[in-house]
Amino acid sequence: MQFLLSLAPAYAEIFLLCMICAILLIDLFLTDQQREWTYVLSLLTLLGCFLITAFADPTNDVEPFSDMLVTDPMASVLKLCIYASVAVVFVYSQSYIRSRDMFRGEFFVLALFATLGMLVMVSGSSMLTLYLGLELLSLSLYAMIALQRDSKQATEAAMKYFVLGALASGMLLYGMSMLYGATGTLDLDIMAEVIGAGEADNTILAFALVFIVAGLGFKLSAVPFHMWVPDVYHGAPTAVTLFIGSAPKLAAFAFVMRLLVSGLGASFLVEQWQWMLIIMAVLSLAIGNITAIAQTNLKRMLAYSAISHMGFLLLGVLSGSPEGYAAAMFYVVVYVLTTLGTFGIMLLLSRDGFEAENLDDYKGLNQRSPWYAALMLLLMFSMAGVPPVVGFYAKLSVLWAVIEAGYVWLAVVAVMFSLIGAFYYLRIVKLMYFDTPQDHAPIVSNAPMRIVLSLNGLAVLGFGTFPGVLMAICAYSVALSL
Amino acid sequence: MSFHDFIFYAFSAVLVAAAIGVITSRNPVHAALLLVLAFFTSSGLWIQLQAEFLAITLVLVYVGAVMVLFLFVVMMLDINLVKLREGFWSYLPLGAVVGVLLALEMGAVLWTFYSRGVIEAPALPANYSNTRELGRLLYTDYVYPFEIAAVILLVAIVAAIALTLRTRKTSKYVDPAWQVKARSQDRVRIVKMQSENRQD
Repeated sequence: MQFLLSLAPAYAEIFLLCMICAILLIDLFLTDQQREWTYVLSLLTLLGCFLITAFADPTNDVEPFSDMLVTDPMASVLKLCIYASVAVVFVYSQSYIRSRDMFRGEFFVLALFATLGMLVMVSGSSMLTLYLGLELLSLSLYAMIALQRDSKQATEAAMKYFVLGALASGMLLYGMSMLYGATGTLDLDIMAEVIGAGEADNTILAFALVFIVAGLGFKLSAVPFHMWVPDVYHGAPTAVTLFIGSAPKLAAFAFVMRLLVSGLGASFLVEQWQWMLIIMAVLSLAIGNITAIAQTNLKRMLAYSAISHMGFLLLGVLSGSPEGYAAAMFYVVVYVLTTLGTFGIMLLLSRDGFEAENLDDYKGLNQRSPWYAALMLLLMFSMAGVPPVVGFYAKLSVLWAVIEAGYVWLAVVAVMFSLIGAFYYLRIVKLMYFDTPQDHAPIVSNAPMRIVLSLNGLAVLGFGTFPGVLMAICAYSVALSL
Repeated sequence: MSFHDFIFYAFSAVLVAAAIGVITSRNPVHAALLLVLAFFTSSGLWIQLQAEFLAITLVLVYVGAVMVLFLFVVMMLDINLVKLREGFWSYLPLGAVVGVLLALEMGAVLWTFYSRGVIEAPALPANYSNTRELGRLLYTDYVYPFEIAAVILLVAIVAAIALTLRTRKTSKYVDPAWQVKARSQDRVRIVKMQSENRQD
């Protein structure tokens, strides 16, 4: 009993792994008509994890597995968001993957494996666990993209993602090995102490920092390490793009926080990575927003938009203050919420043999369905940062943190590029409301999807009207976790 | 020269000879077999260095699994040696430069290492087993990353099967269960037709 209690912080991970193995086995005995069960079981698994994490004892300070994982409020909040977004992904993609012969146990099992990887990343406190979690996530994603075997585009996307991802992992590992050489430990807390005491060689630390920031840039898809994003977003089946674009961003945020802020948070190192992140953030904002204008494919456009949003996320992190970290966390949660809705609409309009991925497919959506057009309007406003939807407050809090940190010019640059970005978001609104529809097919969907999608769109408005709650949760959890 | 030294030099001589054989032999099967010999003798050297776990793993994994796979691949593939040897002389200068540089670098490392004097390994208690020590560490301090690594392997299996296992449309394979279930009505369809009158 004592032994079981000592594992308490890892209950969610253990439960998830056991359920994955169970689903893997149960799925073998299901016929194609009974495949629904895999879907239901996957959702129940996520619900179980949600309850375990939500009702975990926050005062429990046992650290099992010799300090290889931590449980702090930031990890718990991010984990809850991850469960919710993966569940939403399952609900949205259900009819899409069914019509494309992907409704198989592997889709759900791989997605749950990726979720497990994200959980490990979010609560990793050693470079070893952080890296293994990242690999677990990435390997599952590569396989999910390639799941549509007969699609040339999907295979190409998976190949590109795999090769570039392996390269990025190599860089990250190289940086980590140098950190290990300089400090003699893999544990991030001990590493921070060693660096703080000035016992590490500064030259090695600087080199390690460059490699680690480059590796993180790849994983966050920040310019100049963004080449894979448009092709992967475009080539992957839309359901998988939805998955890649949502929950992993939360895990990537936690990864950056653990590695840069907890591990390399000594003040002389912060000054160094601040400048690297400034360059990456400005380039991401510029290239992401300007290139997105030229896209006629919505998936590619959202890929470039993701790059620019990651620039904003970096702005929050580089301000180097607890307020900045809280703003970045708020931003990433809001971004995931909005992305889920946008891809949800895309999946809703797609049907058997038709992908609603070109901008022209959205012409006159208002005449076909005023409700979905209104939802898309809210989501686009949130992406662009128009009040009163939540995207506005996310941008505002990040900009506020940047100004507080003394980078007024950076805030001005960010606002300028956001204005440019607003053009292509508002273009979709124009297409939906002022153009005549080209596509007259009725929009069919199942009830759970309609309900969740509506809730998702309304959440964007709701959190925008009362942004204080979510912001307070982020600020509180970051303040308690640092 | 003690017996220990004698064993060391004997194993080293076999190892170097086998390694040279790997790159000079014309027959790829011979090269693979010589590589097995090289692995085996170096595992003998490791046992001398009291690294018995590494030695056993080398034999089990490399000799037992990897090299056997290698041999199969070499036997299955129809490698045209003449084609492989094409352009040998044009690659030689670059290859020679790389080789000489490698040798120099290795020499430099060894020289700096030995100029500091050889550090004696600390004497270990008689009942010390590094297999047990490794196992203890893996299953206590590092059990969490160890389990995650196992999960990653599971993902690899699931992904490999999901991506490659599917029935080919051109396959002539017949499912026996379907064959047994087939009824005579499925095979032959009797169609009743009015007979046509002869038209002359």
